[in-house]
Parts: sequence; C-alpha cells; structure tokens
Amino acid sequence: MGFEAKRLCKLALGPVLLLMSVLAMAAGGEVSEYNMEPGVTELGHRIYDLHMVILIICVVIGVLVFGVMFYSIYYHRKSRGAIPATFHESTKVEIAWTVVPFFILLAMAVPATTTLLDVYDNDAAELDVVVTGYQWKWKYEYLNENGENVSFFSNLRTPQTEIQNTEAKGEHYLLEVDEPLVLPVNTKVRFLVTANDVIHSWWVPQLAVKRDAIPGFINEVSSKPTEEGIFRGQCAELCGRNHGFMPIVVHVVSKEEYATWLSTKQSEAAEIKELMAQTFTLDQLMERGKAVYDANCLACHGANGEGGVGKAIAGSPVATGDLGHHLDIGINGVPGTAMQAFGGQLNDVDMAAVITYQRNAFGNNMGDIVQPIDVYNHKKANWRS
Amino acid sequence: MVDHHHGDHHHGPAKGLGRWLFTTNHKDIGTMYLWFSFCMFILGGTFAMIIRAELFQPGMQLVEPEFFNQMTTLHGLVMVFGAIMPSFVGLANWLIPMMIGAPDMALPRMNNWSFWILPPTFLLLASTLFMEGGAPQAGWTFYAPLSTTYAGPSVTYFIFCIHVLGLSSIMGSINIIATVMNMRAPGMTYMKMPLFVWTWLITAFLLVAVMPVLAGAVTMMLMDVHFGTSFFSAAGGGDPVLFQHVFWFFGHPEVYIIILPAFGVVSQIIPAFSRKPLFGYDSMVYATASIAFLSFIVWAHHMYTVGMPVAGELFFMYATMLIAVPTGVKVFNWVSTMWRGSLSFETPMLFSIGFLVLFTIGGFTGLMLSIAPSDFQYHDSYFVVAHFHYVMVAGAVFSMTAAVYYWLPKWCGRMYNETMGKTHFWISFIGFNLAFFPQHFVGLAGMPRRIPDYALQFADFNMLSSIGAFIYGASQILWLYNVIATIVAGKPVHDAKVWDGAEGLEWTVPTPAPYHTFETPPKIDPAHAHS
Repeated sequence: MGFEAKRLCKLALGPVLLLMSVLAMAAGGEVSEYNMEPGVTELGHRIYDLHMVILIICVVIGVLVFGVMFYSIYYHRKSRGAIPATFHESTKVEIAWTVVPFFILLAMAVPATTTLLDVYDNDAAELDVVVTGYQWKWKYEYLNENGENVSFFSNLRTPQTEIQNTEAKGEHYLLEVDEPLVLPVNTKVRFLVTANDVIHSWWVPQLAVKRDAIPGFINEVSSKPTEEGIFRGQCAELCGRNHGFMPIVVHVVSKEEYATWLSTKQSEAAEIKELMAQTFTLDQLMERGKAVYDANCLACHGANGEGGVGKAIAGSPVATGDLGHHLDIGINGVPGTAMQAFGGQLNDVDMAAVITYQRNAFGNNMGDIVQPIDVYNHKKANWRS
Repeated sequence: MVDHHHGDHHHGPAKGLGRWLFTTNHKDIGTMYLWFSFCMFILGGTFAMIIRAELFQPGMQLVEPEFFNQMTTLHGLVMVFGAIMPSFVGLANWLIPMMIGAPDMALPRMNNWSFWILPPTFLLLASTLFMEGGAPQAGWTFYAPLSTTYAGPSVTYFIFCIHVLGLSSIMGSINIIATVMNMRAPGMTYMKMPLFVWTWLITAFLLVAVMPVLAGAVTMMLMDVHFGTSFFSAAGGGDPVLFQHVFWFFGHPEVYIIILPAFGVVSQIIPAFSRKPLFGYDSMVYATASIAFLSFIVWAHHMYTVGMPVAGELFFMYATMLIAVPTGVKVFNWVSTMWRGSLSFETPMLFSIGFLVLFTIGGFTGLMLSIAPSDFQYHDSYFVVAHFHYVMVAGAVFSMTAAVYYWLPKWCGRMYNETMGKTHFWISFIGFNLAFFPQHFVGLAGMPRRIPDYALQFADFNMLSSIGAFIYGASQILWLYNVIATIVAGKPVHDAKVWDGAEGLEWTVPTPAPYHTFETPPKIDPAHAHS
C-alpha cells in the first residue's frame, strides 16, 4: 500500500501542476477566454479567489480518486491475471470518507460565508442607479438627491446586417450599445434592479454583479469598481426572442468625467423639454425618425418596414390609416403581443418623429406630419400607463 | 374447470398489434418504454443538433431566435420527460420483478395505462411546433411570466401535457412501490435487494412526492393564463418568484429522480466486471436515502440571484454543499469495488467507468455551483449548461447505455457486437467531452445560456462544442444499429448467467428470459448476501 500510495502521489502531482499553470496563465490575460474574470472590484477578486480555491480542491480530490481508479484499471485487470479480492464492507473506512469530506466542506463554507455576507452589504452606497429590464433593452435611471434624475434606454447597437452575416462583424459584436451606463470610479454604486415585463437578469462579470430583474419587485446589489474602463455584460435570464440581443455596457470613468457627463445629460433633458415646444419640418422629423426607428423598431419590424416578429409597416393599415390609432399603438402598445407601450420609453419629440417617419417612409407617403404637441395631447387623453 | 389446453399455463405473448396495445406483461411494457424513450432520445437529440448547428458560428444562420428558443425548450422537455425518465421506467419494468423474484408488477393494468398515455402526449407536445406562434419557448424551466402572460397559445397544450406526464409518472411510481413492498420472494429482505431496486424504490417515493407539486405549478399557470388570477404577477398581488420556488421544489428532486436509478445501474455493473462484491452495500443504501432527503431542502440553489434574504441564501448553500458527502460516499464505494478486483472492459463496464469519471466531474462543478458568491458569476452561464450535461448525459444517459448493453443478451438471448459496442463508447466519450468540456470555459468567460448568437470571443469553443455534439449524436446511430442487429441476428447466448461476474436473480432465469418468470417464487439462500 505504502509504495502504491507514493506512486499515486507522483501520478497526481503532474496534472495538478499543469492545470494550475494553465489557469494562472488564464488569469494573467486581459479578458480571459476560459476562466472567470476577477474584474475590477474588490469583491470580484474575492469571488475569483474563492472560485479558484474550490476548483483546485476539486482537482486535487479528482486526481486522487481517479488516480486510484486508473491504477486499478491498469494493475487489477483480468487480462493481467488479477485474482479478485473478496473484501467488502468496512465501517471504519465508510466513516472516514464521510467525515473527512465533511470537514473539507466546512473549510470551504467559511470563506464562502464571509464573502456572501459582504456581497449582501449594500450600506453606504454613494450612488443609486435604477436598472429596469425591458424586452429587449435596459433602462438606467440615476437617482439624484440634488438636481434632476437622469434616465435613458440602452439598446443593442450592432446592426442587423452584422447579425444576418451580410456585413463583417465588428470587434464588440453583440456587446455594444447606443448609450452605455456611465459610472464614477471608486464609488460604491447601488443598483436597484427591476423589470417592466418578464424576468431579466443584469450581469456584468467584471463588476461581479448578477441580479435578477423581476417585474413588480426591486432587488438591490452593489459594486465598487476601482479601475476605469469599458465593461461588457449581457442579460442572463431567458426573456423571450431577443434575450441574446440586450447587452450591457458600462463605462467606468473618473469622478470629474462623470460629473461632466451627468451635467451634459441633464442639459440634454432640458433641451428635449424645449424641443417639445417646437414645431418641426417634415425633413427634420424624417431624419430624427429614422434614427429612432433603427434603434427601437427595426429589430421586429425590419430595416425596410417589411416586418419580422412584428407586422410589416410598409403599406400597413395602421401606418396608412387613422393617425390617432397609429399614435395610440405607438404609445400604448398592443397588449398580449410583443408590441410594447413606447409612451414611457420615447420622449414626445422622438415619438412624433418616428410616427412621422413610419407614415412617410417605406413607400407609405401619407404626407402626415406629427408634432411633439400632438403626441403630448394624445398622451394626456389616452395614455394608459 | 378442466384444462383442455396444455399451453394455457405457460402461454406466450398474444399475436399482432393487440399484444402491445393490451399487454400487461412487465417485459412487454418494459420493451415499449425502452423503445419509446429511444425515439424521444433521437427527437430531443435532433433538437440539440439544430441548437448546435445554429451555434456553430456567430451570427444567425439557420433559424430565427424564437425557433431557437423553441428548440432549447423542447430539447429539455423531451430529454427529461420523454427520454431519460421513461427509459429508467422501462428498465424498472424489465428488471425489478426479475430481481426480486416476482412474476410481474403488482398493478399490471395500470402499468399498461401509464405507458400508453405517453406517446399521444408527446405527439401533442411536438405538434405545437406547427401551431401559430410556435411551440413553448420559455425554456424547460418555463419561468413565469414569460411562460404565462407573455406566452403564445401553445402554453395551454403544454400544461395539459405536463399534467398527463405527471399522471404517468405517479402511476408508474406507485406500481414500483407496490411491487417492491409486496412482491419480493420469500427471504428477499429489503437489505438483500439489488441496489438498482433500492435506488428505484427511493426514486419512486420522490416522484410521488414532487410530481403533484409540478402539477400545482402548471395549474396556477393555467389559472393565470385563462382565468384572470395573478399567482405569478406582481400587478395582481402575486409573485413571479413564487413560480420558481414551486418549480424547483419539484425540479431539484427531479434531477435526483433522473440520477438515482443511474446510480443503481452502475452499482450492478461495476461489481459484475470487477468480479468482486460491491464494497459498501449498506452505506450505498443509506447514501441514496440521504441524497433523496437532501434533495428536498436545496431547491433554492437554482435561485441564488433572485434576491433572497441572506439567511435563506446561507441555508440553501450549506444544505447543497452537504450533498457532496453522500455523493462522495457513492463514488468512493464504486472505486473501492474496482480496487483489487479482476477487471475486464466489456462495453457495459466502459460506459460505467465513463459514467464514474464524468459524473464525478459534474459533481465537482456542482459543488462549485453550490458556493453562492461564486454562483453569482456562474449562474445562467454555459458553466451551468456544462455542469448539468455532465450529470444528465454522462451520468444518466451513459448509465442507461451501459444498462442496455449489460441486459440486452438476457432480454433477447443474443449477444451484441462487442467491437461495435466499444467503438460506440469511445466515439460517445470523445464526442461528449468535446461538446461539453469547452462549455465550462465559455461559461466562465461570460457566455449566458439560451442565446442563439454570441460575441466573437466565444466563437472557437462554440465551434468545437458543436463538432463534439455532432460526433456524439452520430455515434448513437451506431448504438441503434448494434441493438437492432443483435435482436435480429446476434450470436445466440444460452447461459443463464451471461456475464461470469454477474450477480442477482435475473441471471438465474433462462436466456432469453421467458415471457413469464418466477411464477413460483425462487428460493433465496439466507446465507447469501445481497446481490
């Protein structure tokens, strides 16, 4: 036995060292393609360490158990003339291999518990961001104690042409958005995560955050990134057709940059308010409308209004019919279908622009012009949200 | 009454289609279960091939995202409820009466019924693919409200199917419990029963306990969809997370329902080809029972990210970690059984060793997943997909494959082609690992599960994974061919004990096993240990 045991140890050591060196290399790279990301938070590093410790314990146990098994497979084979022993049942051995793993587990439970308790610590957050999952986009809202809240939607930016393979795929294929979440570095951010329709899950590996977004409930989770950079993630809970197409991009910037960005956003919001009072020409609305359409409608209704998941817009009875009805569908959606209520997602300028666009593009040529004030009035009378 | 016909006492099967429609014979019903589950294995496998073909490269090539979601959903449902579960019921039907010295199952008519409601149910489920709006697409876990208020009309058919499948499972389980408790041959005490019988007895209790819970979950869905209730909608005072609690209260025991009979099979085969008794029979029984008990108190480890209070999170983490103890006991016992045996490596043994190695790897990743803080990074990623395919495919399916090769000669009196069997094993083993090992990597690197398209850094491993899946899928055709060739023209076997190391009553009846066995109970040597 003693000789066999020594031999086993030798056999076991090789693969363990090999695996550890492979994983160490993996950890050294920028974005690993085959291991977990330690990321840019202190908790993320602790989670990574926990993951590695348990992985290595498992590998060592595995190598020992499989070592014994393969030894047996080689030396105790019938073709080598092995005579079977008859031993079986040993209470002592059974107790040993029940108790020893129990203590190994106990040793694992200690760091797991302390890390978990710290993950759950949401106190002393310096910034609150409400994250709302929609089919199939994210909405971010910065809760400001002084000054106005800033909120915006974040849509997939990858064009359909790349997804349908008619154009070469960009470097950040499927992991790029029109408006990223911007966060200040070295600031503990508390995310209040919820959803508008079905369950989503907000996951950014490098921030060590994954929390389900559940309609009607608010989950909280915190992260304190200590490095600036761009971090990408995805929705992690199956949420319907475009579950794979609602990425998350987070820009972590210096505190000064963040302050500048925030005030730009606030003045943009004020600008929109001003725009809402203005009257636009058809050309202005068409230009803005195309941008809004491409970001919000195209995924379901097609680049040329030909339809897809959604109905066709080119020549549709809605886009070429009663304007009030068309506005109503844009604002309130169609319950029970994938057509969402965009009244809360698009501002009145964008809504006016996109309705105008839909009525005049794709050969619809209705000549209608919808102004922000029309949207405002329609909402006042008919908005059900 | 005067007996005019000599054949009446030992009549064979009826002729024609009626034999199969009206049969109450446990062997016939077992055979039907096995063939049906194989058909479902092929169907579910086809869905998997479509999934892997779409994931071969980044970009959408073959299917639309909604069809992709239908494929992942149906693949899971068909494999779990159509392939794996019925296959082990088929095995139980064939083997439990022969292993405990009973003439048949305790409730033969119900046995017929519990099988025959399955094929129409799966036909109905598969037919939803052709409905407007397509088949269910909320995943095999069908979380509300995606599966309720946001689902297409097929959800109602799906709910009906789940109810009928539950009915079938409960009837099958009651039958097994009744058979094992009442029909053991004199002297066949509980602690002498083969481990396969033990694991199935415990599994049957699990099924009876949790299938009604699933029925409750889908009934609440039905109410939400059609009768205006709000069990799973916060807007009406309900809670979407309630669905997950109820589902996983069923779902976690369900994964042990799948794996425990697989443990039983391996516990029969490893001693046979080690030519040495199972190392710790008693502790294997206790470990199985402990796993079954623990399976009821760990469900929320599937839900670490829903935002449970930290106390709940800790409880489920500790309880889940504990499962490693009885599972470890099982693995150590199998390895100790092989230690200093006289091993030979026929196909059933190869698949059992494959099971042992790969299931253990799945167990390790399971332990990793149990650690709640790390799970925040693993959850709903491909790491989880890799984990459960290691336990479901390399666990349950490998063990089932081993079982078919092991008992096939007893069933049909012909020997399969060993070279072809071994080839099947090696292709399966390589294909399986090529398909699922890289999924650990992409999962850790951040690829979510259930997505039809992915970022470019995941491309290489996904292509490997698809190639592996195609290889694994193709190798099953070899299996089918080998089994059919054996039944039709295999080399006849006449020894009652087909394998020199095999133990148990099923090896005392003639080969092939006659239509009726143990019409008079066998004598069990009281000194003889369990088999």
